Amino acid sequence: MIHIVDYGLGNIGAFLTLYKRQGISAVAASNADELAKADHILLPGVGSFDHAMRLLNGSGMRETLDHLVKDKKVPALGVCVGMQILGDSSDEGQDAGLGWIPGRIRDLGGRGPAHQGLPLPHMGWNDIVPTRPVPLLKDIADPRYYFLHSFYFDNSDPSDGAATAGYGGDFTCIVNRDNVWGVQFHPEKSHSFGMALLKNFAEL
Amino acid sequence: MLRPRITPCLLVHEGGLVKTVRFREPTYVGDPINAVRIFNEKESDELVVLDIDATANGVAPNFAMIANLAAECRMPLCYGGGITTVEQAKKIISLGVEKVAMSAAAVTDPSLISAISDAVGRQSTVVVIDVRKRTLGGKFDVYTHNGTRKAGVTAIEFAAAMEAAGAGEIVLNSIDRDGTMKGYDVALARQLRAAVNIPISIIGGAGSLEDIETLVREVGVIGAVAGSLFVFKGKYRAVLINYPQPGAKEELVQRAMKR
Repeated sequence: MIHIVDYGLGNIGAFLTLYKRQGISAVAASNADELAKADHILLPGVGSFDHAMRLLNGSGMRETLDHLVKDKKVPALGVCVGMQILGDSSDEGQDAGLGWIPGRIRDLGGRGPAHQGLPLPHMGWNDIVPTRPVPLLKDIADPRYYFLHSFYFDNSDPSDGAATAGYGGDFTCIVNRDNVWGVQFHPEKSHSFGMALLKNFAEL
Repeated sequence: MLRPRITPCLLVHEGGLVKTVRFREPTYVGDPINAVRIFNEKESDELVVLDIDATANGVAPNFAMIANLAAECRMPLCYGGGITTVEQAKKIISLGVEKVAMSAAAVTDPSLISAISDAVGRQSTVVVIDVRKRTLGGKFDVYTHNGTRKAGVTAIEFAAAMEAAGAGEIVLNSIDRDGTMKGYDVALARQLRAAVNIPISIIGGAGSLEDIETLVREVGVIGAVAGSLFVFKGKYRAVLINYPQPGAKEELVQRAMKR
């Protein structure tokens, strides 16, 4: 069953509602015993990188999470800040990320994709372009999602990037290595595009 | 391409939804959860919900109502009304709301915006600015408490100060145009766009999809927020929750963005 990691951040209710609507079983997990039963792991998150890592590290679920994802290769999907903490570190803070996908989280307004002085945060619906076959996007025509962020995932290995979005320049909006996936946008708030993506994740 | 946001705004008053004209004459238009469900089906870009009683009555946000709305809402949700502390803002975000909006509290204590922005992130920190145009001089005065109290600051200067304080979006609400359906104040939107480098939204006056198209053509990527347009139908203002079909919306956006 899909387990949504409830470490005090992110829209657990919205994910549960969406899965229920599609007849897919999903539950929230707020301790290691509950999480241990997961065959899919969804890691939500809003707010800042360090705040997310501190809550996750203090949740009592970190060890189980690492074990499931790294040793048992359970499919995992990080959303928004839940995607960013898959990386090693962030311009936004000092703490170490989960380090499941090598990379640093960078400020969209700083160096990196040519931002061209556009307003930040990047807020609203934007198209995404897969850079390789992405099972999460299976049967989704003209995929577009709701973004709400000022930082992006600068993956160290280009082959970990799976899709980009353009705002000024292009930046990675889906990362993937092995069983680990991350999306910068909010599928839980992206209507049919998001429902289809979350269903595809459930079928991985 | 990042698209402009076409966003319904719902006003909560005495537990129901209302629509006002120039911030007066609230007309009952339905039940909040029911409206959220309809906008889910219609796939609206975002949703803004403002509780117009909370600040006026000096009460805290209704967390139970907000939690219900957030769980039902399949589009990004911005909530405003009665937020006066960082703890309240954090709690609302933890309930699954994407953005919290402050208005009166931002005027009283600009440092609150910085503190909320630090706690929940700039992207989730919105300042709603209610304005009336001065009879002379063309400046816009900021008001709070549903347009009853003059804040003593002007709109564009206040918006810039809020950006500096940590706001991630400014929602500018024209009291003069509220409920009139006579078109947005495009000149005001242009002034705001030039003054800040964060996303902006305009509310007040949208009477047709053409008004939205005009706003986007003139100002570019922006939040076009509307109340009456999406809750009334026809010249007798029959209550009918509506929103453009995805295809029609996309055509509007593509036309307007070509400029």
